[in-house]
Amino acid sequence: MARTIVPIGPYHPLQEEPEFFSLTVEGEKVVDIDVRVGYNHRGIEKLSERKTFDQSTFVIERICGICSTSHPFAYTRAVEDIIPLEVPERAKYIRTIIAEGERIHSHLLWAGLAGHFLGYNTVYMWVWKLREEILDVMEILSGNRNNYAMFKPGGVRRDIKKEDIPPVMKKLDSIIPNLEMLKKAIRDDPVLHARTKGIGILTKEDAINYCALGPTSRASGVARDVRKDAPYGAYDKVDWQMIVARNGDVFDKLMVRINEVLESIKIMKQCLLNLPKGEIDANIKNIPPGEGIGCAEAPRGEVFHYVRSDGTNRPVRHKVRAPTFMNLPTFKATVIGETISDATIILASIDPCYCCTERMAVRNVKGKKLYNGEELIELSKAKTQKIKDRMGIK
Amino acid sequence: MTGEEILKDIKERFKDDIIDFFDKTPRRVYIEIKPESIVKVAGYIFKKLGARFNITTGLDTRHHMELLYHFTFEDINLIISLRVKLKKDKLEINSLTSLFAGANWIEREIYEMLGINFKGHPDLRRLLLSDDWPEGVYPLRCDYKEWDKKAIRDRGV
Repeated sequence: MARTIVPIGPYHPLQEEPEFFSLTVEGEKVVDIDVRVGYNHRGIEKLSERKTFDQSTFVIERICGICSTSHPFAYTRAVEDIIPLEVPERAKYIRTIIAEGERIHSHLLWAGLAGHFLGYNTVYMWVWKLREEILDVMEILSGNRNNYAMFKPGGVRRDIKKEDIPPVMKKLDSIIPNLEMLKKAIRDDPVLHARTKGIGILTKEDAINYCALGPTSRASGVARDVRKDAPYGAYDKVDWQMIVARNGDVFDKLMVRINEVLESIKIMKQCLLNLPKGEIDANIKNIPPGEGIGCAEAPRGEVFHYVRSDGTNRPVRHKVRAPTFMNLPTFKATVIGETISDATIILASIDPCYCCTERMAVRNVKGKKLYNGEELIELSKAKTQKIKDRMGIK
Repeated sequence: MTGEEILKDIKERFKDDIIDFFDKTPRRVYIEIKPESIVKVAGYIFKKLGARFNITTGLDTRHHMELLYHFTFEDINLIISLRVKLKKDKLEINSLTSLFAGANWIEREIYEMLGINFKGHPDLRRLLLSDDWPEGVYPLRCDYKEWDKKAIRDRGV
């Protein structure tokens, strides 16, 4: 059969960020894929060499709007590894709280987009409504919905006030029932099963071969999580579970992320309850010559930073490795052999870094009935039941 | 195996290949090896000892071009960085792509950013730089001069 090349991108209505996929197809089957990146290359590694160690924290924070905590987390750990130095206990807890808040909002953002890519906009709207709550939590804690600017080498820049903790706990508790419902809905929904089960499988061998990271590897049965393997922050002081699945298909990647959100809420609540008293900053005076490595588990996998210092106030070399750099090449293993209609969700399943922070509001349209949350959920349940009946699923 | 056993094993097995051994902390170890031994040592660490390949850092120092191959041993919380120093008049080294697919992209990146040739790489073309970037201009080298006078870049500091 004749081969056709289907180009997706670099500018495409479905993609929030520019990347170019060239899918070679035979009929509907994808037989080869080539990924072209670099449309968003800003030379941050070079830029960081011109900034002081303190200024770099803010540059690094702007690598990605979604992972705006993971990069500073890894970078500050790398700088602290040069000295070497342990940050105060309270700073460790605050860092952990912010990092987990980021994971919750990032996973929810992805789950919403995944629903959108599948043509399932109910999931998209529900999940993003939940995500608003967590963004409010982050606003209470840090003053910002994104780009929290909480990190500095040696500690954190802003303390968590005692009176802010009860409202945050209340908000976190309020989204747990909704998340449980979402989890159940995804687990039992026949349409989602049909679209995601057995699709885009990344085998365990491939996950190891491509050095895949984060939920992408954990869905394939590779128990790999920096928070457990090399505990940093307060992760060794709280009780939580690493979520690992077996099949490596899109469905498992979805379930791993939803379950991780629940674990993250557990971590956040424990940290807020057990927040130790004391200093929040170790007040680094100068950074000696040497080299340091810092890792942090971002929502998408391990972020890796290498910093070399020559004793001045600027890094000589700053290497940044984001998790998507290792996860993107796995497309060669997952997309080939699938149909072109499944390609979009497989390409989205590794959660490539999307940078968008849109707000939404309820508008009253005159003459039309305005449904509230419960009524919409009831409508959606009734529709799912109808589909189940039609497909003959109990 | 514990961290000490792994380090002892590597030291004994590759005693002819290791130039320098520096354990900064028990969890961060830097081993300098000869450039021609990289496939042998990295292959042993990845395949036999089951480490995960993090990434390669390439940097331009005054005397050498340096490559650091970072490997993580997940279950024992140890990061080994294999350091290779290349002479500036002979910038080539064997590719690790035949050992694991994870090395593919970073070798392409170092090739365009520092101009190091990876021998045996199946697809050594540009990764990040745009198509109109001139040949032979490597942005992460020390002697990099801005070639495009019209470009709006960070001129501040």
